Amino acid sequence: MMRREAGWYALLLPAFLLLSVFYVTPILQVLAISFLEPSPGFSNYERIGTNLSVQRVIITTLRICSITTVLALLLGYALSYTITLASERARRWWLLCVLVPLWISVLVRAFAWVTLLRRQGLINQTLQGAGVISEPLELVWNEFGIIVGMVHYMVPYAVLPMLASMREIEPRLLAAARGMGASRGQVFARVFLPLSMPGVVAAGVLVFIFSLGFYITPAILGGGKTLMVAEWISLQILDLIRWGLGTMMATLLVVTILVTLAVFSRVVNMRRLFGGA
Amino acid sequence: MSAALELRGLAKRYGSFVAVEGADLAVERGSFLTLLGPSGSGKTTILMMIAGFTEPSAGQLLLDGQDITALPPEKRAFGMVFQGYALFPHMSVAENIAFPLRVRGQGRAERDEKLRAALDLVQLTGFADRLPKQLSGGQQQRVALARALVFDPALLLLDEPLSALDKKLRAELQEELRALHRRVGRTFINVTHDQEEALSLSDEVAILNHGRIIQKGAPAALYERPRSRFVADFLGKSNFFQGVVRELGGGWLGVQVAGLRLRQVVDGPRPGLGAAVLLSLRPEKIAALGAEESADNIVEGVISAWSYLGAGFSLAVETALGVLRVHLPAWRAPFVPEIGAALRLGWAADAPTLVDDDDAA
Repeated sequence: MMRREAGWYALLLPAFLLLSVFYVTPILQVLAISFLEPSPGFSNYERIGTNLSVQRVIITTLRICSITTVLALLLGYALSYTITLASERARRWWLLCVLVPLWISVLVRAFAWVTLLRRQGLINQTLQGAGVISEPLELVWNEFGIIVGMVHYMVPYAVLPMLASMREIEPRLLAAARGMGASRGQVFARVFLPLSMPGVVAAGVLVFIFSLGFYITPAILGGGKTLMVAEWISLQILDLIRWGLGTMMATLLVVTILVTLAVFSRVVNMRRLFGGA
Repeated sequence: MSAALELRGLAKRYGSFVAVEGADLAVERGSFLTLLGPSGSGKTTILMMIAGFTEPSAGQLLLDGQDITALPPEKRAFGMVFQGYALFPHMSVAENIAFPLRVRGQGRAERDEKLRAALDLVQLTGFADRLPKQLSGGQQQRVALARALVFDPALLLLDEPLSALDKKLRAELQEELRALHRRVGRTFINVTHDQEEALSLSDEVAILNHGRIIQKGAPAALYERPRSRFVADFLGKSNFFQGVVRELGGGWLGVQVAGLRLRQVVDGPRPGLGAAVLLSLRPEKIAALGAEESADNIVEGVISAWSYLGAGFSLAVETALGVLRVHLPAWRAPFVPEIGAALRLGWAADAPTLVDDDDAA
């Protein structure tokens, strides 16, 4: 018995080695560098309290991620609700429409938004042509543009956990509520919404954590003017060669994600969030 | 008594499939009616049409003489106990029971009072703050009942309310349900496929098959005087004899069955000479006769199988009429059964019933 189990664990060994060599080691190295460069000590971390540029990028990132999460949850909830109540056939088409964007490169989608949102883009030209505005609106290369792109990217990730949790709601409960005299609105507010909350929390955590590390979308739609953490790190390390500062921020990012996960794993079932049974 | 609820030609078709074929039914105020039938017989569809969850394809539904066919379920507001109870998992027992009051916008004081009365009614006073998943099956069932009754509905609809429980608990809750019905005095409509439950609970039973109500009546009347082979077979067990009328007496017939002449009492319309008839005989109405004893009908047989049921024996006896199923109370069985043992069986001329052969498929 023991020998057979040891055999199964041996099968995990290659993957384990791969992960530890190529994943855990670099992360530990990043952690080490953040304490060692330019001089050993906590100097890099002290900047969180003193350096305005560091503070600004943290606050900007948190703000953009929060807004993105709220908008993605709202849109995603409406979509999941529609899909849950749709017929079996319609549900399949809805799911396809939700999932197709996932298969298109982030880069392509970001540039697509640029062409739509820029000063001579489709939206500004249409509005100007219709006489609604005289000057083009600043829709891209700012926070607004970033948020549009990120929400668009995140909606499917918001839909999937919420859909899973909504589909677990027994239709009989909704019928029972109506049978007891509840209007459609009351059935939603008192039964459906509370029962779908685990999915909403799970989706919120997932979207927020994904958003924190966004790189390509903010880089393209922010136009270098609005910096989020990931782009800022790359700037520090690749352009300014300030390894200490860059790795400090990277460590902070990893710690933030782990803490968020730890807090919410008490509230929601994380295995469901990441697709486990 | 006036009919509280009346179904007039209520039908449901799904495309070419007929789920319910023009059901006519009048339910008396305060009575306990059970819709009994095998799965797929349309009993649940009828209940769902009464509740308003399923729209009838044809026919009318009247409550106290008022047409309610077009009303949505929340406007009918009948109490309903769903299969599996459908308790709200995120609400405590108290919140579950108060739900119908809350959605009606009743004030806190009134709500609390009714809640207390409802908890009291189902003997769950100490459980108000528990969540449904912390309750046993029987307790959940009582919460469902309290929730369905708390807003004084005109009707209580029960969809297989006891099917999720084990046998012993089911028997207990049957008694409770019956006592509850007496206490609240409301009209109950129950759906089940369990014939014992139907017999023990109901004032009236309507038996359904293939989307049609086949016979309706008090449990004893249905059991003693089934009108058709299906009813006799579904409600309990029965032996069937196919025969031909060869003799007409005053109030009785002589029926020829496989070489034997059986004496049979008739109280309904009498078939003529030469008519083919079907007799249904309950296994417990057959007696094992001693050598000296006599009966209207006697047949000799050999035991081919038997089982001990505690209260009695169940025997399969090979006779000239075919294999007869016989139930004997253990304390009155004059022998210890044994395969191959010879046996004289007898029954009274009024024990079997003449039934229509509707092919009990």
